[in-house]
Amino acid sequence: MIANIGFGALWFALVVAVYSIGSAIYGARRKLTNWVDSARNAMLLTFPLLTISVICLVILLVNGNFEVDYVASVTSKSMPLYLKITALWGGQAGSLLFWTWAMSAFAFAATLRNWERDREFLPWVVVVCSITLSFFLGLIIFVENPLARIWVLGGNLAIKSMFPPTGATLLFQTDGRGLNPLLRHPGMIIHPPMLYLGFVAFVIPYAFAVAALITGRTDDRWIRITRRWTLVAWLFLTLGLLLGARWAYDVLGWGGYWGWDPVEISALMPWLTGTAFLHSVMIQEKRGLFKRWNMLLIILTYDLVLFGTFLTRSGVLSSVHAFAQSSIGPLFFGFIGITFIGSLALLLNRWNDLKSETHMTSWLSREALFLLNNFLFIGILIVCFWGVIFPLISELVTGQKVTVGPPFYEQATAPLFAGLLMLMGIAPLAAWQHSTVKTLGKSIWKPAGISLIIPLIAYLLGVHNWAALFGFWLIALVASVTIYEYGRAVIARARSHSQSWWRAFWELTGRNRRRYGGYIIHLGVVLIGLGVIGMQMFQTETQGTLAQGQELKLDQYTIRYDSIAIFDTTDGRNIARAVVSIYKDGNYVGEIYPRRDYYIESQQPMTIPGLRSTLADDLYVILVDWQAISSSAATFKVYHNPLVNWLWIGGLILIIGTFVAAWPEREIQTSRAKSHKKQLAGSNA
Amino acid sequence: MDTSNIEKNLSKNKTNRTKFIIGGLLIIIAIVYLIVSSTQANAQYFMTIEELQSKQSQISGRDLRISGAVIGGTIQYNPQTLTLSFEVANVPADNKIIDEQGGLAKVLHTAVSDPSRPRLKVIYQGVKPDLLQNEAQAIMTGKLGDDGVFYAQELLLKCPTKYEDAIPQQAGG
Repeated sequence: MIANIGFGALWFALVVAVYSIGSAIYGARRKLTNWVDSARNAMLLTFPLLTISVICLVILLVNGNFEVDYVASVTSKSMPLYLKITALWGGQAGSLLFWTWAMSAFAFAATLRNWERDREFLPWVVVVCSITLSFFLGLIIFVENPLARIWVLGGNLAIKSMFPPTGATLLFQTDGRGLNPLLRHPGMIIHPPMLYLGFVAFVIPYAFAVAALITGRTDDRWIRITRRWTLVAWLFLTLGLLLGARWAYDVLGWGGYWGWDPVEISALMPWLTGTAFLHSVMIQEKRGLFKRWNMLLIILTYDLVLFGTFLTRSGVLSSVHAFAQSSIGPLFFGFIGITFIGSLALLLNRWNDLKSETHMTSWLSREALFLLNNFLFIGILIVCFWGVIFPLISELVTGQKVTVGPPFYEQATAPLFAGLLMLMGIAPLAAWQHSTVKTLGKSIWKPAGISLIIPLIAYLLGVHNWAALFGFWLIALVASVTIYEYGRAVIARARSHSQSWWRAFWELTGRNRRRYGGYIIHLGVVLIGLGVIGMQMFQTETQGTLAQGQELKLDQYTIRYDSIAIFDTTDGRNIARAVVSIYKDGNYVGEIYPRRDYYIESQQPMTIPGLRSTLADDLYVILVDWQAISSSAATFKVYHNPLVNWLWIGGLILIIGTFVAAWPEREIQTSRAKSHKKQLAGSNA
Repeated sequence: MDTSNIEKNLSKNKTNRTKFIIGGLLIIIAIVYLIVSSTQANAQYFMTIEELQSKQSQISGRDLRISGAVIGGTIQYNPQTLTLSFEVANVPADNKIIDEQGGLAKVLHTAVSDPSRPRLKVIYQGVKPDLLQNEAQAIMTGKLGDDGVFYAQELLLKCPTKYEDAIPQQAGG
């Protein structure tokens, strides 16, 4: 019954969405306001309808209605309530529904805005959102229905369908198969929805871009309207990626956080184009450049979002090479192809309207450095894309399937990431338009000089790896430039307004949120870079089998295996938990408890590392094996991960910076054309 | 603005444009170079066990990526030395063929139960992955030794039947 209500709501939503496409196009072509309004209302209606559908599925999950195939495949009776609810996105069919629901929520919010000044965009924004919604609703209803039940026909022929085939009876399963233990982690519970919210939020700027292309209103209005949407999308996507990394570090037990797995890469790709877009739209706003490029970037982002949605949840990637296993594959690729070609056609149609208003004059001007930044982001994107599709290409060309692993990505992207850091250090000091070596040198020599201190100290402390020293210098450069710029502005404001520094800092940030939010984000990136360098260049590991009381040394640490306890829990796990004492330079600093949880029902073990975290490093100990009976000896693998916590701290600062940048402020109603001259002359915000 | 001034501006624009085109080309060349050199240095040949054994002579010393079905009875682990050894049975690499034969779970099952399938002994140094069990799909990168044993540097495992999203578990490289 509940399943039927949910399914009915889905159908209703599809009908309404399709109607809104038709009526919006008709209304826009004939300039009939009431048709456009009707289309808008229809699109608004999809959100409550999908909410009903989602509630129905959650009720089924919580009640344990195992006749519904999806419920049986992702939950079991013994799971706690919060896991049953979050199983909504625990599998493919449910995640598609969740994606679509979130998409309709964003479309709902975007459509409720005040349209007075942008009436002509409205129908086309509705069309783009509704087409995307209709595609996903179609997938859910016809291909991947999370509400479908299992029916038994005659002997033991089981059929999965929404409604009973004639003469069939429902198959009642007493229990479900449960959620993969690896996914029962707080990071994994919020990681997918964050990623998805990031994905769907990028649909909104794309919708406005398409509306701008169709209506021919190709000034930067669409960018100004969607600026905040883009930041919100970027915020969620970044959070999703960071949480995923943290989950891998905590749960997968291989001492790392990022493995260049195709699924990870597919989530990274829209982030790369999205980040490039965030930067280059500023140049269009300030200087009227890169208009075509921005269109291309948002189109790419939208299609990479679709691609990422498909890859992250379709189960087609056994991390090797497959693309067409799931039945939704061809449909997805068809839709990606159509939207990409369609958007490109629209872009070419407006190609001449999107001419740059000015020219770039110097490679050292800020706009040129932003262009360079875009090149590097796209370079990283191409590396990623190449790595993912290389097996297919090599098979086509040579008949031999060849894949590339993490070393390929590391080797190819490291110089590009280093280049991005370098730009992050230089660009904030470069002037708009005319900038020469002399003017740039004059503003940069002080912070650049200060930045040399860090690699020098590192060298004196015994770091002789030139790549690491160079990395430290880049990080120090960005940090000192950013703090120098920020600090100079704070001091100037404190003087001129005779305020305290703290107040000047607060007000300055508040007055130009995007700029100073951006600086804070850059500082976050610097710290992430510090963590990455620590892990990449200084991670050490060892392993050994220890009798109780025996010790193992790694760098300045010594671990001692004290004891092990093996016991059952009430929720169906058998746990082996070791007690390990840690000594640093001979001094006792604490105990950690690496353990192995064995999920009895699903017969799956899960290794949970023991972790001692400080700002300087992590000691990461994995319990590999133990003698169950005598419990006398156990095997441990130990990682020493220097600086890794700066990665998480940097992530947090980056998130704060994004909040600062995205926080609503009063929209200043001046078009770029009017304020153009003034901005060039004065502030270079 | 008189004509000479306009001309001056035009020629200035032109030199500007060349400057940017040359710069852009240099960047593109650098990126292409990065991709090509990294690809060459890190290419791993993806092969089935059957292909591996028929081309044994050509591939010694190369980085390979092999997929196979884990035969549970052959798993041996020495926790003292952290040496893991097991055998894998040949499974087709092409997903179309896997689908035609009834899906990954069935293919893995038949591969393991058919003793006439080509098999390969694998040795891996490190922590025994949680997912290593009978009829799991192992994806390994490493090199084929002269003794016909595959020395894996990286080991990914996937159990297709139990959960919808069997996450590949990675053991360090």
